[in-house]
Amino acid sequence: MGIIAQCRAASSGQLAADGRRRDSGGEPPAARRPLSAFRPTAARFLRFAYTLPIPPPLVAPRFHLAEMPPTDTSHPDYFHRVVDCQWACPAHTDVPEYIRLIAQGRFTDAYMVNREANVFPGILGRVCDRPCEPACRRSRVENKPVAICRLKRVAADHKDEYASRLPKIPAVKNGKHVACIGAGPASLTVANDLLPLGYRVTIFEQLAEPGGLMRSNIPSFRLPQAILDEEIGAIIGMGAELKLGHPVKSMKELLDRGGFDAVFVGSGAPKGKDLKLPGRAEAAPNIHIGIDWLESVAFEHVKAIGREVLIIGVGNTAMDCCRTSLRLGAQHVNVMARKPRQFFKASDWELEDAEEENVRIIVNRAPKRFVVEDGRLKGMLFDVMEYDLDARGAITAERITGEEFFAASDVILAIGQENAFPWIERDLGIEFDKWSVPKVDPVTFQSTRPGVFFGGDAAFGPKNIIWSVEHGHQAAISVHRHCQGEAVTDRLAPGINLQSRKMGMHEWSYSNDYNPAERRLVPHVSLKERFKKLNIEVELGFTAEQAAAEVQRCLNCDIQTVFEAKLCIECDACIDICPTDCLTITADGEEAELRTRLRAPAKNLEQPLYVSAPLKQTGRVMVKDEDMCVHCGLCAERCPTAAWDMQKSFVKWPHAEDQPPTCQPSLPKIA
Amino acid sequence: MTYIPKPKVRHPSLPRNALGLTRRDYEGALSTLCAGCGHDSITAALTEAIWGLSLEPQNIAKLSGIGCSSKTTAYFVSGGHGFNSVHGRMPSIAMGANAANRNLHYIGVSGDGDTLSIGLGQFAHAIRRNLNMLYVIENNGVYGLTKGQFSASADIGSKAKKGDVNQQPPIDPVLLALSLGASFVARSFSGDKAQLVPLLQAGLRHRGFALIDVISPCVTFNDHEGSTKSYAYTREHYEPAVNAGFVPFEREIVVDYAEGECLPVVMHDGSRIVLHKLAKDYDPTDRVAASAYIQARAKQGEFLTGLLYVDETQKEFHELNGTPDVPLNSLSPELLSPGAKGLDRILARFR
Repeated sequence: MGIIAQCRAASSGQLAADGRRRDSGGEPPAARRPLSAFRPTAARFLRFAYTLPIPPPLVAPRFHLAEMPPTDTSHPDYFHRVVDCQWACPAHTDVPEYIRLIAQGRFTDAYMVNREANVFPGILGRVCDRPCEPACRRSRVENKPVAICRLKRVAADHKDEYASRLPKIPAVKNGKHVACIGAGPASLTVANDLLPLGYRVTIFEQLAEPGGLMRSNIPSFRLPQAILDEEIGAIIGMGAELKLGHPVKSMKELLDRGGFDAVFVGSGAPKGKDLKLPGRAEAAPNIHIGIDWLESVAFEHVKAIGREVLIIGVGNTAMDCCRTSLRLGAQHVNVMARKPRQFFKASDWELEDAEEENVRIIVNRAPKRFVVEDGRLKGMLFDVMEYDLDARGAITAERITGEEFFAASDVILAIGQENAFPWIERDLGIEFDKWSVPKVDPVTFQSTRPGVFFGGDAAFGPKNIIWSVEHGHQAAISVHRHCQGEAVTDRLAPGINLQSRKMGMHEWSYSNDYNPAERRLVPHVSLKERFKKLNIEVELGFTAEQAAAEVQRCLNCDIQTVFEAKLCIECDACIDICPTDCLTITADGEEAELRTRLRAPAKNLEQPLYVSAPLKQTGRVMVKDEDMCVHCGLCAERCPTAAWDMQKSFVKWPHAEDQPPTCQPSLPKIA
Repeated sequence: MTYIPKPKVRHPSLPRNALGLTRRDYEGALSTLCAGCGHDSITAALTEAIWGLSLEPQNIAKLSGIGCSSKTTAYFVSGGHGFNSVHGRMPSIAMGANAANRNLHYIGVSGDGDTLSIGLGQFAHAIRRNLNMLYVIENNGVYGLTKGQFSASADIGSKAKKGDVNQQPPIDPVLLALSLGASFVARSFSGDKAQLVPLLQAGLRHRGFALIDVISPCVTFNDHEGSTKSYAYTREHYEPAVNAGFVPFEREIVVDYAEGECLPVVMHDGSRIVLHKLAKDYDPTDRVAASAYIQARAKQGEFLTGLLYVDETQKEFHELNGTPDVPLNSLSPELLSPGAKGLDRILARFR
């Protein structure tokens, strides 16, 4: 009450203090008051407060707490962050752009937009870990995200010839020679980025085929060989020298005698973890390390497995192991998990795909020992576990409540993998930490020895393909700068460009209507058919109709709502038309307090508030809660003064080719 | 106007009223008014006010005449009843409808032309009868639908878009209503929903004729320098005298009112309006003083806004005429029709 009373007193005081207005009975109509007098001071605030039953004390904090400054939309991160999928993608793929191109039937263009960022659209359109999808705005608006990953596959499946669109490779090289160790996604990306700049790139691969874990660890029923061959072939076709069956045995020798200007280590995390429990040695012939076993299957060294298989671990490798087992003759496959389902490392969709194939996932079983009879594996004994969880779902205590035997003819261990570098001598200036992990700079990917770079799983342990690609891009920048004698730390900053999408009074060069279609499901080969051969791809990809419907679910988050405060006349048209109540014109305030005063609850703190500069008529601010904006453009369409505009954001995420021109005069001009 | 309709998608955590409905459920057809029209803001305020009172759409009757303003009724509560009448004749339609069914909430939306020019006579008599309705004037000072000629509410000295200066004195609907004995008179501004929404709610709960004159800038023909009904001019010259906070009957009132500054007015249904007096010596229950004060402020170039006058004791049309409590349209023909004998008896009284 005190605050309100003060406020009211202030209000009356202002009226009384204004002698001109109080006492000038016979004067002509007063001249206009300056607009600045209408800034929402406390006394003026009452007129804007929608009050039931009387003004709440929200007036009070304005004197004590910091107001939000106008949002700096010139910072490249602001609009980038609005595009949730692109922000979440390690390689910053322009997802909404390629989805629109698919909608227009421009599949090759869509493929090239992808390729620029993630290099392997066909591969990633099948097996990406899709960090974009949990981030997708659509999942906040109506639960299910856009099927971004599977749309990427649509672009790859339907593209035409694209070799002519790949960067031209200069005939005259720049005299620099780079070695890449391992032919996985990270090394291939380095080659992809450096070959067009005139570098010679030699890739050393210990296996007989390039692709790294993409080929050896991902089963062909998820990722067909032909797709791998095509996309890897595109890079090799740029002129990379590929030395297959050529393991690097000594880094010292490579550095001393190879004659390379830089070395990139993209050798992955090839060492699967073992489980040293009683019986391990005796049952060795029927106990397999997951990633090694998958590799043996991929190269057809292993063609069968026993009838009853136990998989230890519930990561994505475990899912590949259980599904591969079913195709090699196993009848009963149990995946054994130590903890409850919410702690699983495997992606939800990989779990679903495995369960669709009648794999049983058994939780709360901790491996105790291998049971061996007559020198043969009979099964495994597990402790039955029980956990106490706190309110946030974290485990606070665990107990063993009993034990249980599961019969098995084979056990596959899929409990993690590590990078290992027995071939790197420890006296080369390449430092390792106490776990024998190399010390790698997270920005430049350079080791402690200048000119030696790490990327992919070799750098920071197992992640997924899309991370390896981004590591490759960043390492390529460093390699380029290193070879040109420039500091690897001195890198071009990301940028953003905006371009209006206005075509006419109510016409935008994007499909702005909200389409209520629900997420389409990718059709699968029937359960009966899919087990006939190991390499029958289970997912069929979207049909034309499904793709056409799914693309319309994208909310075009890259078509940004751009506000020009000085044009606003505060007519409220945008606020009234906004379907998701994102917009509010109100007095500025401290963020937490401001969030309580918006048209719709702004409880998602992950999503920023946009706050404009003070508006010229009242000094209030335009606030936009980015959380639920469906980018329909109605605010801009309803705006009589074009204070709102819809502008496409182009995120410029620099690659090696964007770095400042080289200092080497001999470098030929790139076509 | 807009080419795509407002998408049906809504914020997932939009608040719901007592009927379980969100604001979005009270919307109407897509507005075809100019982008930035004040009328659309009033539409949004009406939507919000009706949602906030948890009125059932089927119990709402929307009535209008002709003009940009009169299109408004199509743009909110598409589940309600509607009647778009002849120019200036909306009060007659409201009168007839209200006479037949007193249980509906009548919302008339009109403009300065529809009310103060062609419909002035109808408007005056609806006030005299204290017809139980909410009457909103969307007042922009110009005939927008016919390209922006001055209307009867244009101020002396106000400039038209092409430079003509208005010479004739304006009709102020607020002063007119006060002089005609209106029981609820308010003025507001389309750009101030914080003030407008509670006023609309109070007007909907008022038993009798509730007039709200809403300054609603015409963004196409009257939002330029020199206009006295532009967004900028209105913001510079309007002065809230009394803000109304509407308190539904169901809500317990726990706050203390500082005497002389907050004035609770109890409505017939037990709900109340709490008047926040921003001008200390203003009395919104004194018709003569209110009228004088409004004129004094107007002379100084101020639009006094808020709930400027209210009298809950005045009898409305049905009370004045002693009609039954149930709507006439629910009575049987036998009860409604006197029959030949009854008619003879009535006629005999006049012989």
